[in-house]
Amino acid sequence: MHSRWKRLGNEQTKTALLALLPSFIIFVAFTLYPIVYSLYLSFFNASLLSPNRTFVGLTNYSNLLQNPTFQKAVKNTIYYTLGVVPFGIALSLLVAVLLNGRLRLRSFFRAAFFAPVITSMVAVSIVWTWMLEPNYGLINNLLGLIGIAGPGWLTDPAWAMPSVILLSIWKNLGFNMVIFLAGLQNIPTEIYESASLDGVTPFQKTLYVTVPLMRGPIAFAVIVSMIKSMQVFGQIYVMTGGGPANSTMVIVYYLYQQAFEFYRSGYASAIAWVLFVAILLLTLIQNRLMRTEA
Amino acid sequence: MKKLIIYAVLFAIAILMLMPFAWMVLSSFKEVDEVFTYDMTWLPSTLTFSGYYRALTEQPFLRYGLNSVWVSTIITILQLITSVLAGYAFSRLKFPGRGVIFMVYLSAMMIPSQATIIPSYILIRKAGLIDSYAGLTLPFLAGPFGAFMMRQFFLSMPESLEEAGIIDGCSRFQVLTKIVLPLSKPALASLGLFTFMGAWNDFMWPLIIINKDSMRTLQVGLSLMRSDIYPDWPMMMAASVMATLPIMIAFLAAQKQFIESLTFTGVKY
Repeated sequence: MHSRWKRLGNEQTKTALLALLPSFIIFVAFTLYPIVYSLYLSFFNASLLSPNRTFVGLTNYSNLLQNPTFQKAVKNTIYYTLGVVPFGIALSLLVAVLLNGRLRLRSFFRAAFFAPVITSMVAVSIVWTWMLEPNYGLINNLLGLIGIAGPGWLTDPAWAMPSVILLSIWKNLGFNMVIFLAGLQNIPTEIYESASLDGVTPFQKTLYVTVPLMRGPIAFAVIVSMIKSMQVFGQIYVMTGGGPANSTMVIVYYLYQQAFEFYRSGYASAIAWVLFVAILLLTLIQNRLMRTEA
Repeated sequence: MKKLIIYAVLFAIAILMLMPFAWMVLSSFKEVDEVFTYDMTWLPSTLTFSGYYRALTEQPFLRYGLNSVWVSTIITILQLITSVLAGYAFSRLKFPGRGVIFMVYLSAMMIPSQATIIPSYILIRKAGLIDSYAGLTLPFLAGPFGAFMMRQFFLSMPESLEEAGIIDGCSRFQVLTKIVLPLSKPALASLGLFTFMGAWNDFMWPLIIINKDSMRTLQVGLSLMRSDIYPDWPMMMAASVMATLPIMIAFLAAQKQFIESLTFTGVKY
């Protein structure tokens, strides 16, 4: 006990505590306390507008699971994830494989593919809304040139979610591409050379040599994309507002509506915790995968 | 021949990827009636800045822009300071429980911001900081990602220089500011760009924390522009250009740092 106090009193410890203090305050105030408090709130019937609240046990959770809009939101979030992740990952991998190697204009292509990643979701969502405008927008005009009458992308319940998925794939392609490019550089070139000697086509090479060797980066990109997909919000807020007919209602948009439009802070906290647990599970799977890779 | 196919595919994808940007920029220079015609043209018939003019005069877009610049700058500077301090403590200073505290702090990255947004909002409201710069910036003044990134960078630096400094009688703080920081410019640039971009593009937090029009950030102001039945697309495209341009310029100037910082967590496992 005595030696411990002595250690705590030494100069490095004091300096370290002082250096960590600002981060610690922000962490406690805006992460640790909120995550605990939102669990607490989720057991109450509470409103953002009034300080009164009543304990209701697990009622918020059972109401949530039975609520048809929430069920729709979960289904739509899964739909969105299944649209964005496989296609997005496959496309990014293709682009990375094509870009990996000595190419003229390599940095131009990389910059072009990466540019959407850094732009604001709100701005590009507005641009895409304009591109998808049924009468005067770019996409239906281009489709018209080849004789196709395009749908009302964001006003037709069948097409609204695919439109949002398309935007998201476009926006995230560059992020996954860069992860894959970094992974591809770790593959020794001798492996490719011996594969070429054995008379393997480029397609076979990608499928049987590159993909297995890229298991780690692919697993990482898949999980990160899934986590991001579960948090989709900005493009929904700007492009569709969850509509038409709840066809793009997703979990975080539902949370936002319940908390900040209907002020149901207890109920919305239950949504927050369901989301948190789902993301936590994905992260734990990711950590397990990364460990077996290492 | 093989190379040719690769180039063709890459060019095709590049055209698709850049098309929204081209459409945004070209539309921003059109007149409103030109936008609402059935035979679409790519190029504006006459180059007009009226969309930009309307965005800046009919909408308080300049004010939104200044708010965004101010908020992003505060967040970036203060987050760099807190990250350097925390990263230095976690990499160079020995104290009981360092490993455990670091792991706990790092695991906070798993918590999605949406899961903490309601209590954070209540806290800011109780503190009377709704509609204030403090309310917009406080939650982002420190974060595990920055501390992690700086720690990794410091660990990759040789410790001998700092030891020499200590032997020569420098204090820890002097070692940090005179020896460590000048050598950390690349990491600081990466983290700074990453933080600025995140703050500039952030949407959900400013959306809920601001009610007053004059306190809105660019992203929030932008999201509220589209409501009319006959939307003013040239103005909205002009506003989108202005909201995208600063980050785009920074990206073109410092591509390497951008890509490094964005994939930092992805590549380091």
